Amino acid sequence: MKSEGENDIAVRVTNLRRTFGDFVAVDDIDLAVQRGEIFGFLGPNGAGKSTTIRMLCGLLIPTGGAGTVGGFDINKESESIKQIIGYMSQKFSLYDDLTVEENINFFGGIYNVPREKKATQKEWVLGMAGLTEERKTLTRTLAKGFKQRLALGCAILHEPSIIFLDEPTSGVDPISRRNFWNLIGEMSAAGKTIFVTTHYMDEADYCDRLALIYRGKIIAEGTPTELRKKYMTRHVLEVAVDNVVEALDVLSRNGIDSAIFGSTLHVTVDDIITGKEHIERAIEKSDMTVKNIEHIVPSLEDVFVTLIEVS
Amino acid sequence: MKLLRIKAIAKKELIQIRRDPLSLAMAFLMPVLLLFIYGYAITFDIDKISTVVFDRDNSSLSREFVSQFHESRYFRVHSYVDSYRELDPYLDGGKAKVAIVIPEDFSKNILRGLNAQVEVLIDGSDSNTATIAQGYALVIAENFSQRTKGVRITPLIDSKNRVWYNNELKSRNFIIPGLISIIMAVIIALLISLTIAREWDRGTMEQLISTPVKTSELILGKLIPYFLIGFIDTIVTVLMSTVVFHVPLRGSVTLLLFLSSIFLFGGLCFGILISIAGRTQLVASQAALITSFLPAFLLSGFIFSISNMPKPLQIITYFIPARYFVTILKGIFLKGSNLKILFMEASLLTLFAVLVFIAANRKFKKRID
Repeated sequence: MKSEGENDIAVRVTNLRRTFGDFVAVDDIDLAVQRGEIFGFLGPNGAGKSTTIRMLCGLLIPTGGAGTVGGFDINKESESIKQIIGYMSQKFSLYDDLTVEENINFFGGIYNVPREKKATQKEWVLGMAGLTEERKTLTRTLAKGFKQRLALGCAILHEPSIIFLDEPTSGVDPISRRNFWNLIGEMSAAGKTIFVTTHYMDEADYCDRLALIYRGKIIAEGTPTELRKKYMTRHVLEVAVDNVVEALDVLSRNGIDSAIFGSTLHVTVDDIITGKEHIERAIEKSDMTVKNIEHIVPSLEDVFVTLIEVS
Repeated sequence: MKLLRIKAIAKKELIQIRRDPLSLAMAFLMPVLLLFIYGYAITFDIDKISTVVFDRDNSSLSREFVSQFHESRYFRVHSYVDSYRELDPYLDGGKAKVAIVIPEDFSKNILRGLNAQVEVLIDGSDSNTATIAQGYALVIAENFSQRTKGVRITPLIDSKNRVWYNNELKSRNFIIPGLISIIMAVIIALLISLTIAREWDRGTMEQLISTPVKTSELILGKLIPYFLIGFIDTIVTVLMSTVVFHVPLRGSVTLLLFLSSIFLFGGLCFGILISIAGRTQLVASQAALITSFLPAFLLSGFIFSISNMPKPLQIITYFIPARYFVTILKGIFLKGSNLKILFMEASLLTLFAVLVFIAANRKFKKRID
């Protein structure tokens, strides 16, 4: 018998494990994704994100562990899972030598979209991808951002309830990335469950809940706010200097943890007042000037940098 | 199995072939080109072997003997020399394949009723031509000696040879039908061997296997466009055989196309199996070439008679579908064979096709690892 709450679970895995020879890509992870939420699966390249997503989509057999996607067993019912999911792989996977429209028609056929729905679904994808005018264009010639949106459209033509997106925004320009996340938000509002991986830490705030995977293990999990509160007991100071690279060097020689954020440095300290003094002293000793120091709300990136340093 | 999915895949493949000039050329130009090149190049007919004569006797008898060679269509006597040394450049330089040396006592010995010997030098570097030339020379010499003896021994058995099915004994007539099967085997294997491997290479397979598409739908969908191409190729090559090369087509065209379809289906399934097993386009195309061309060319009985092969090789030929298709094509073209006669071949071709189709379905995994 399933408990009440189990019906609200879209994805659940326990002790999920996958090895490639001696290499442990995914190391006994546990996950639970609620229906209708945007679940962000974050981690640096090679952390095990794609391997996990492929196991959930029935493309890789787990070495160990159990799990369900939409209620179907990932070990035994991978073909049933494929009926209810949409999957967009990391590598662009539409046909380059087909036009926009031909790609949509192809996936419409593959997903068995009913005839009466086909035309409206096609127009919907074209509109969503912003390619209504370019329907006769060869996919090869599209810009990366358009390709990604078209790929997303093709992956969800059959209106799946659970959508897996593997690094959908990698290599896409910032504006296209924002547009893409808006699309993800709309789909979530329409009741879809979205499982999305990314290595852009700044995208984490778009997600309802997050899990951070590092070297095959989940090292943190929760909502963005929870993560900030739970793991960021130290303070972050934003330090503005003329030469960030040199200043970073100076600070690390003085044993102060810092990281470059754009044109500033983010320095994590235990105490704000003494921290400030330490920083100013160290930098001014090296004949540089501190233009400004400000106590800021830590970004999720700060959280992850700290977490990864700890583990 | 859903027809809509098969249709979607077939349509996609067709568009991709249409947009790829290399595939198009391979599909439609290569068969025609191969048939032309091989059709004209491979011939075992030997006539007008260039011949040089060193007549040391120079009698009316010796001249008559030489004229026997010249009058047969097999030899063309184009030069006469006066010494052994002059013969050398002819044979060495390839200006003559055969040299006939008639000794001084040739006519004297014949008139005395003794044995007259003639020396026939044959360029053995082309052993096929050499053997045939030797045979012809022997026959001409025997006929001549019988005639000059003036006695004709009435043989107890008068054998008159009649050649059936290819009564002009044109080698082209049996080469071309065999050639069609070789060309079809190679072209379809090469074309289709790329299709699955290409999707893995380009990363499109990962998307495809995340959908509910079934393996059999994928394989059939990919098969259909290549089947159509193969069918068109068959019609074109059969037409060329009869119109350009004047090979008689004595049997039923419908039967020919029907059995060709079975051969095509099996060949395509085999190509897909290779594509699945090979994973990369390079491996798949190399494997397709080696496994289709070599066995079809060497072990199908197309050129080399299977009954003359060593026993182990003969056994291997039973596993090569081209063997049956060569028999079928030669049968329909030259003998006008019907399905009753070709039943064994047709059944084995069908069996092969079904087995390979099942194997391809089993081999394909909708997984990355």
